[in-house]
Amino acid sequence: MTLQLIVFIVLALFIAVCSVLAVTTSRILRAATYLLFVLFGTAGIYFQLNYSFLGAVQLLIYAGGITVLYVFSILLTSSQGDKAEKLKNGKMIAGAVSTLAGLVICLFVMLKNQFLPSHFVHGELDVRTIGHTLMGMEKYQYVLPFEVISILLLACIVGGILIARKR
Amino acid sequence: MFDFSIVTQWVHSLLISWMPEGLAVFIECLAIGVCIMLAYAMIAILMIFMERKVCAAFQCRLGPMRVGPQGTIQVFADVFKMLIKEIITIRHADKFLYNLAPYIVILASIMAFSCLPFNKGMEVLDFNVGIFFLMAASSIGVVGILLAGWSSNNKYSLIGAMRSGAQMISYELSVGLSILTIVVLTDTMQLSEIVERQADGWFLFKGHIPACIAFIIYLIAGNAEVNRGPFDLPEAESELTAGYHTEYSGMHFGLFYVAEFVNLFIIAAVAATIFLGGWMPLHIPGLDGFNAVMDFIPGVIWFFGKSFFVVWLLMWIKWTFPRLRIDQILTLEWKYLVPIGLCNLLLMVIIVVFKLHF
Repeated sequence: MTLQLIVFIVLALFIAVCSVLAVTTSRILRAATYLLFVLFGTAGIYFQLNYSFLGAVQLLIYAGGITVLYVFSILLTSSQGDKAEKLKNGKMIAGAVSTLAGLVICLFVMLKNQFLPSHFVHGELDVRTIGHTLMGMEKYQYVLPFEVISILLLACIVGGILIARKR
Repeated sequence: MFDFSIVTQWVHSLLISWMPEGLAVFIECLAIGVCIMLAYAMIAILMIFMERKVCAAFQCRLGPMRVGPQGTIQVFADVFKMLIKEIITIRHADKFLYNLAPYIVILASIMAFSCLPFNKGMEVLDFNVGIFFLMAASSIGVVGILLAGWSSNNKYSLIGAMRSGAQMISYELSVGLSILTIVVLTDTMQLSEIVERQADGWFLFKGHIPACIAFIIYLIAGNAEVNRGPFDLPEAESELTAGYHTEYSGMHFGLFYVAEFVNLFIIAAVAATIFLGGWMPLHIPGLDGFNAVMDFIPGVIWFFGKSFFVVWLLMWIKWTFPRLRIDQILTLEWKYLVPIGLCNLLLMVIIVVFKLHF
């Protein structure tokens, strides 16, 4: 058992337990909090892989951005005592069956797949490389998707203002 | 300059000679964690004492004077009082979230705190995305504040938390833009590297006009980000009792209180690091004798001197200006600071492209 393996096992257990709790709790704000913990755990795995850029993005966008958005909308829409109704047996069984099916498919793909030998460079990835890849126009560079996503976000903002503004 | 990494290397090689490497790394992590906690607590105590003395000075009072010489032991007595107070649990509140919220706030604060470079070779978390990670870590604190407001089952707390959340999310934008201005100038995000690049002049002087504008925006937005100064209406006593921490007592309240003060220190320390050179002494290119004399002052003293100078500036602002209304706060951010910040970023890009900086 190396230290790396122990850290991974701790993170993986943390993620698994929090994900189960996030879907089984009956209070919506607790579910959001457990989701926050799951996102923390995922960021932890990125940091363990020494990919600190993705880890920081995960913390900033998902933990600091999306979860805050969820919590804000829960604060605005639901009141303190709200609890989800108990699930009916039929729904429970359907959920369990689909979860199991998902697990089987994932395991099948993962065990069947021939993974390419990793050619992974130790040490941190240079931010300059990430920046050039994100904004470059050559092969395996991503300026077009980047711009398309920014147009999509702009459309979302304009749509949101259109819905929210008073006439 | 004394390189602190000599000490850490020595400790590391000493531990390695005694035990396997995994165990040594684990013990080092624990020791550094304890050191960070201790430094965190000490800085909180110092900041609280400084706040009371500075506030008193601006109001022509003396501040705490009775306990210890010049009142220096007063804060320790206060901490002790806070520790032995009862933690009141609230009926009909979500106990789990209620107890969790202060720890999320303190976690975010400690994560941001451990990114700071105190001296040459004395940085704990030094990623190549350092300043970006620092912002990401400090953005988690909002979740804790929102949870605290919601789980207290109190309308004042909820309104305080909403105001605080809206304000912190808005002002994070300006903080990010002004930091980005400096990142454009340095072309690196690693905090130790940012400090190294200021060996021939601090960025406030090297980046001249846009750096000065960014510094002022950063001070305003940083003050609002930690809910202080003229922007402290999330906890406006006259309208909202104490904002999101109305229902907290004992050490849970203490954690919010400590996190607020250390966040102020972190904001000041980041300002000192990216604009005023962090632990780098004042160097003037050309004056070698002067630079050599400055190098004799240790980096830790430079770092804390600059940080507490910025803290003092922020406290001066806090005790001088009256409080803003919530709509004025949001107008200031979205209609003034963000557009100015964006134009300033563009100006900095032009200056860097045409090499007009020093």
